[in-house]
Amino acid sequence: MDLIRYQAPDLVPWPALGRWSNLRDELNSFFEMPFWSSFGRPGQLFTGWSPALDLYQSNDNVVAVVELPGMRKEDIDISLHDGTLTISGERKRDSTGGEKAERTERYVGAFRRSIALPTRVDASKVSATYRDGILTVTLPKAEEVKPKQIQVS
Amino acid sequence: MNTLTRETRDGGRAQGEQLITPPASVTESAEGYTLEIEMPGVKKDGLDISVENNDLTIIGRRSLPTVEGTLIHHESRPENFRRTFELDPSIDADKISAKIEQGLVTLTLPKAEHVKPRKITVS
Repeated sequence: MDLIRYQAPDLVPWPALGRWSNLRDELNSFFEMPFWSSFGRPGQLFTGWSPALDLYQSNDNVVAVVELPGMRKEDIDISLHDGTLTISGERKRDSTGGEKAERTERYVGAFRRSIALPTRVDASKVSATYRDGILTVTLPKAEEVKPKQIQVS
Repeated sequence: MNTLTRETRDGGRAQGEQLITPPASVTESAEGYTLEIEMPGVKKDGLDISVENNDLTIIGRRSLPTVEGTLIHHESRPENFRRTFELDPSIDADKISAKIEQGLVTLTLPKAEHVKPRKITVS
């Protein structure tokens, strides 16, 4: 199973580096020329869509939080295999035809994101919610790896 | 014939808060433009859309879920979103409507009646 490198989102440039931000704009406007725009976002020319993923760990759970704006719940797949959590899916183009794309920065198509979990989890108790374009996957830790308090009698 | 809704590049840079430029898509049809902007973690009441001096500004303030535990792998950015576009003269600014669904803002920008293609029937 391969881990997909995360592609950092475009940032508003650092205020202290005005010159560089101008340069960046120049570069961006180059990429926004008609030839390039048909390929989507410049940063995604070859990499596809790799949504940002955060991982939290508490005593009881491992929680993955993934930014997946504008998806349908049914189009998100979550799988757990050999200690690796994989989130995949497809964002479909909901074009009705007769439209002209003026600017295409949003990625449309399939994506796949995997991450190795830091500890064993109970696969039968995994739950997920999708709200405001954020997917939260809660993976309860396997009983044997949970920290235990031992009482001195 | 109609140019796209152009982006205003230095809108709001002077402001102190760091804001992320989220990805956006614009499509044009005979009826108008559709603008889609990705703002994961933004709810309806965190969205602020305004038109001033022909500039359309969309600000999204995030209300991210609080998760119990220690952050052990971090890729997301906590900053709020902002995107500014210059409205094409064909757009009827009074008729712009917006919705947000699963962190995706969709703005409908209808063209003014006088620029829409019209069929004239011969009587």
